[in-house]
Amino acid sequence: MNIAVTPPAYTPADYKSDVKPIWCPGCGDYHVLMSFTRAFAQLGLMPEEVVVVSGIGCSSRIPAYTNCYGFHGVHGRSLALAAGLKVTRPDLTVVVASGDGDGYSIGGNHFLHACRRNVDMTYVVMDNHIYGMTKGQPSPTTEPEFDTALTPGGTKVPPFHPLVVALASGANFIARCYSGDANATADVLAAAIRHPGFSFVEILSPCVTFRPDEKAWKDLVRPAAVAATSDQAKAARRLMADDGFNIGILYRGNRTPFQPASGASDIDLSALEKDFEL
Amino acid sequence: MAALPSISIAIVGSGGAGALTTVDCLLEAASAAGWHGLFTRTMGPQIRGGEAAGLLRLAVHPVESLPDQFDLLIGIDWLNAHRFGAEIKVGPQTLVISDPRGGEPPPMVKQSGARVIEVPMKDMAKAIPGGRPNMIALGIASRLMGFTIEQVFVPIEKRLADKGSAAIEASLAGIKAGFGAAADIEFDKRLAKPVPSTARRWLLSGNEATALGALRGGIRFAAAYPITPATEILEWLAPNLAKIGGTLLQAEDELAAINMIIGSSYGGTPALTATSGPGLSLMIEALGLATSAEIPVVVVDVMRGGPSTGIPTKSEQGDLNIAIFGLHGDAPHLVLAPQSVGDCLFTTQWATYLAETLQAPAIVLSDQFMGQSRAALERPADVAFIGARAIATEISGVYKRHALTANGVSLMAIPGTRGGQYTADGLTHSERGTPTSGADDHLAQLDKRRDKLDHFNFGDHWASVEGAGDLAVITWGSLTGAAREAAGRAKTDGIDARVVAPRLLAPARPEQMMAALEGVKRILVVEQTHGRQFHKYLRAHYDLPAPVRVFHRPGPLPITAGEIHRAIAEWR
Repeated sequence: MNIAVTPPAYTPADYKSDVKPIWCPGCGDYHVLMSFTRAFAQLGLMPEEVVVVSGIGCSSRIPAYTNCYGFHGVHGRSLALAAGLKVTRPDLTVVVASGDGDGYSIGGNHFLHACRRNVDMTYVVMDNHIYGMTKGQPSPTTEPEFDTALTPGGTKVPPFHPLVVALASGANFIARCYSGDANATADVLAAAIRHPGFSFVEILSPCVTFRPDEKAWKDLVRPAAVAATSDQAKAARRLMADDGFNIGILYRGNRTPFQPASGASDIDLSALEKDFEL
Repeated sequence: MAALPSISIAIVGSGGAGALTTVDCLLEAASAAGWHGLFTRTMGPQIRGGEAAGLLRLAVHPVESLPDQFDLLIGIDWLNAHRFGAEIKVGPQTLVISDPRGGEPPPMVKQSGARVIEVPMKDMAKAIPGGRPNMIALGIASRLMGFTIEQVFVPIEKRLADKGSAAIEASLAGIKAGFGAAADIEFDKRLAKPVPSTARRWLLSGNEATALGALRGGIRFAAAYPITPATEILEWLAPNLAKIGGTLLQAEDELAAINMIIGSSYGGTPALTATSGPGLSLMIEALGLATSAEIPVVVVDVMRGGPSTGIPTKSEQGDLNIAIFGLHGDAPHLVLAPQSVGDCLFTTQWATYLAETLQAPAIVLSDQFMGQSRAALERPADVAFIGARAIATEISGVYKRHALTANGVSLMAIPGTRGGQYTADGLTHSERGTPTSGADDHLAQLDKRRDKLDHFNFGDHWASVEGAGDLAVITWGSLTGAAREAAGRAKTDGIDARVVAPRLLAPARPEQMMAALEGVKRILVVEQTHGRQFHKYLRAHYDLPAPVRVFHRPGPLPITAGEIHRAIAEWR
């Protein structure tokens, strides 16, 4: 007897693990976790076919809080690890989670090359403009005058503009979200995962402990006034003029994702030995 | 005329003069005729305008080391030959062919008492349209070493196939001219006839052997950053992985390379990277991650002179310490070392098998000498070591990625497997893989990772042990061949020496080492480092049952069989 099998329907709760997050109360990352699970449910992804890869920092704790496969690796190298995974397992959905220290400072070089390489995966950076786990040092997105114990009087160094760098380096999808709006963030994440190639989603996620001033973000963020463009020059002009609070999908490129041909072949290893025979 | 078991030639020229091609052709001709051979390149870091020398030893038996002294040295020119200094050993028995227009022979030639004969190779080449001095040198070398023109012409014809008939004609004319010029040169050394054999013959470098061994062991993904002297491994793997459905990624740096292979292996595809000392230094942190998360990966380190940038094109054994002791925390992993060009294949294949079986990273310590030398040898035997990871397929109930088991190896769930979802982590974790800072979990997982390696039965491959004399030469890596040859020569003086060379450096095998050293009265440790790293390693891990002497020297000068023979003889 044939029975029509309906695909299993998932709810956000199906993507949550039983590990209790160890973020501070009020941390924006709780909402990001919520957005992850909502986006996965929206796409109907099977939890065992999603891998969440991260580095080190508060945000990078997120894999273990999902019920997906996860990899909590070393500081700054999540994009490289994810690239090795995705090119050998193109069947999986690969989402990389990072923070502004992990992704833009120690992992900065990999960010450039991941954008350029354009492997089909989604890169989420939870940006709170601070190193939270090590208790309040400046990151590449911290304002130059922000006073910390490590940099009394501020770094005096202008912050890094992740979206512009992503665009210039070849990212195929660029968006900015605000963690406080978990539904809107979930929608953007779902779109990012669906979009072929390297999708970059920067999520403003306040650190209420070391940056209580970031509580004001909820009043500063606004939906971007114009729809996403696929024109790099136009996107560059908009991003350069951007004050950092325009929310939404800002750029959708149409580059072909990088995926080396792979799969079984009928050539057996002894055929390779011919190289060595006279 | 003496028929010798082995004969050697060095051809020197400035970069681009074709010295290396000339030697390669001689090796190929010798291999086709049934001899064994080893062709070592020595050069400066520059591609052009530097200096290059091809060192070739041919023999009736397998060759794994350089000669004490060269029988024949041809200087196509001597422009930068002084930079080789003592690397090319010549003596009164050496015949040197020199071009009067090729500059002054370096002091090492003048001081050696070698017989020097002048042949105007440059002028002879000029007389041939499109002629090149290195073809004159090839002709001279062929006649002196006992080859026919046809034998050395075959490899030249093959190389120039796409350059057109004029280039081929010019080369043939050059070879003939050199061959003719050598008619009057007295040289009474000839290689004995090859031992007839029906075995298939191979011509390959250690780096190529390493790459093939990796594929045989099951590697299907590689990621790497180019570095001398390891790049040939990657350049051989790139097209060949593609042929068998695998992939190679050029990474943005070594940090990316090691993390890419960890990602691939986590996803179920066995993976490798190849590098040299500076790259290994960058990979160390992630090797700790692979140890903690129990992800098998293979890292080949083709060692060069260090520290820092060191001498990129020359061999040394100075990465032993970082390979064994470089990781922070207590991080047991595998360290292996091949012993010859041919053994690069076996050892890399075995390393892949061990890494996969034990779910641990493996470092393979090759070196520039083995990696970039080309050998003519009989096809190495097939071995059954193919990576077989313990995989969790049917999962019900709570999945414990790092479950404590009798042999320390736990079933690994591969993404896509329902019910196996876990987070691989460099944080101290419980059996389930969830982060913890508890003392019990920390100790249990440290024990697990140590015991799975320590209690594994590595069998006889852990070392090569030859002979049973009461003097033991303990050495490793590419010095093994020279040590064996030295022990063979010592035997003719009535000294019975055994050679013990561990192929598995970590985990240490104290019981097996004790058995290998049974009855030993004197120990000679031989290594190519400045700081006696291997001797200190042996002291740390083994009870050496007899007085020890150490013969050690850093690169770039190769340690020869003659020197080891002398060190053996001096200790009676």
